[in-house]
Amino acid sequence: MSIVLYIPSPLRAFSKERGQVKIDTTPPTVGEALESLWLVCPGLRERIITEQGEIRRHINVFVGDESIRYTGGLSTPLSGDVEISILPAVSGGTG
Amino acid sequence: MKVRHVKVQSGDVVLLVGTMKGLFLLRSDPKRSSWSVGGPYFPGHSVYALAYDSRGGRQRLWVGAHSLHWGAVLHYSDDFGRTWSPPEEVDLKFPQDTGLSLKQIWQLVPGGSQEPDRLYCGVEPASLFTTDDAGRSWSLVRGLHDHPHRPRWEPGGGGLCLHTILPDPGNARRISVGISTGGMYRSDDGGATWKARNSGIRADFLPDKQPEFGQCVHKIVHHPSRPERLFLQNHGGLYRSDNAGDTWQDIGRGVPSDFGFAMLAHPHQPDTIYVVPLESDQFRCTPDRKLRVYRSQNAGRSWEPLFRGLPQRNAMETVLRDSLTADSLQPAGIYFGTRSGFVYGSAEGGERWKVVLRGLPPVVCVKGVAVAELSR
Repeated sequence: MSIVLYIPSPLRAFSKERGQVKIDTTPPTVGEALESLWLVCPGLRERIITEQGEIRRHINVFVGDESIRYTGGLSTPLSGDVEISILPAVSGGTG
Repeated sequence: MKVRHVKVQSGDVVLLVGTMKGLFLLRSDPKRSSWSVGGPYFPGHSVYALAYDSRGGRQRLWVGAHSLHWGAVLHYSDDFGRTWSPPEEVDLKFPQDTGLSLKQIWQLVPGGSQEPDRLYCGVEPASLFTTDDAGRSWSLVRGLHDHPHRPRWEPGGGGLCLHTILPDPGNARRISVGISTGGMYRSDDGGATWKARNSGIRADFLPDKQPEFGQCVHKIVHHPSRPERLFLQNHGGLYRSDNAGDTWQDIGRGVPSDFGFAMLAHPHQPDTIYVVPLESDQFRCTPDRKLRVYRSQNAGRSWEPLFRGLPQRNAMETVLRDSLTADSLQPAGIYFGTRSGFVYGSAEGGERWKVVLRGLPPVVCVKGVAVAELSR
């Protein structure tokens, strides 16, 4: 079992230009999956969550096709092979 | 987006221009008549805070860049923008026990020459950070953060921000800050304790028009040779203090409006200051559809409009609090940027202006730098 985390293009400077990062085990929750991501790509952490450990307001995180806003946030459970997408929300643009 | 770089040489003047969509560098030789343009750096990020640190042999640009998606982060460059520090290298964040998260970086100020590794950073939510290792690690100034007034500070239009930092060049223990809306606070013990210093400053938007604190200070400036004399652009009101902020007197007679954001102390003339008046706190554009900078050469006793070369018809412009700047050449160049994306400059102290650049995203801050001898 493994997880694949998809990195949005504006943040690939922090993932050595990789669009995805594979982790060979599946942690029990999204929060722990992201902790594994920070170990590989530490620069991503502050861009995706605040000092208080909350996902930034204009970032969406999906497990498969489902936003974690509706499945328990960082406590969303994971099992089996999982794809996690980190995407900028359209609400965050500057006109 | 292809990023262009400027080639900076010793003796050049560089304008750091922060916009709503990134940082631009404008470079000229000392004649200041022709400018090359570098950038955009951090495209899509708003850049409200800029500094140039030339202490200790550095030529370091500091930038506070903010993305609604990715938050606010500090970067520095030692080669005028060709390369930038990775964000994980600069550790600016609130301690977890505060329950706060960094929203915006508003002000970056190098410390005095006796402290070449000290910098100050003002942020939203209104707080002051310092570093003593040239910017790698930052500490929250707890004395201000724990001030009993904090729960009663209210956000201004730009949020609850600490936007002005004035270290006293002759007294490393003294530092003043401006908070919207808290007013001015000063520490005389290196940041351990702070006292509101707003006696005489109006708060038109409160029932008590002369409160101890709660004023919406927009900018405070001083001349390094006379740090006890402060000038202040308020949310309604222009003021001078001759005792480091203990008391303030109104110097707003002679301008078409005493509302505005930007204020500048001339780099060589301690009694000369500049402001850009705006019409009321509702409209916030230049009065009478004319773009005019006002200058006082006698510490605010009288004012004169400076408009040659600036549009005097249908000019409804806004100049924000850190968008008025100077270089340090003789004679000093004066510059400002507008929300409409213009940068204007005068190599004659403001007597005559020229367009330096047009077509930028909305300009939110400008910093003038005269580059001394480059070490590379």
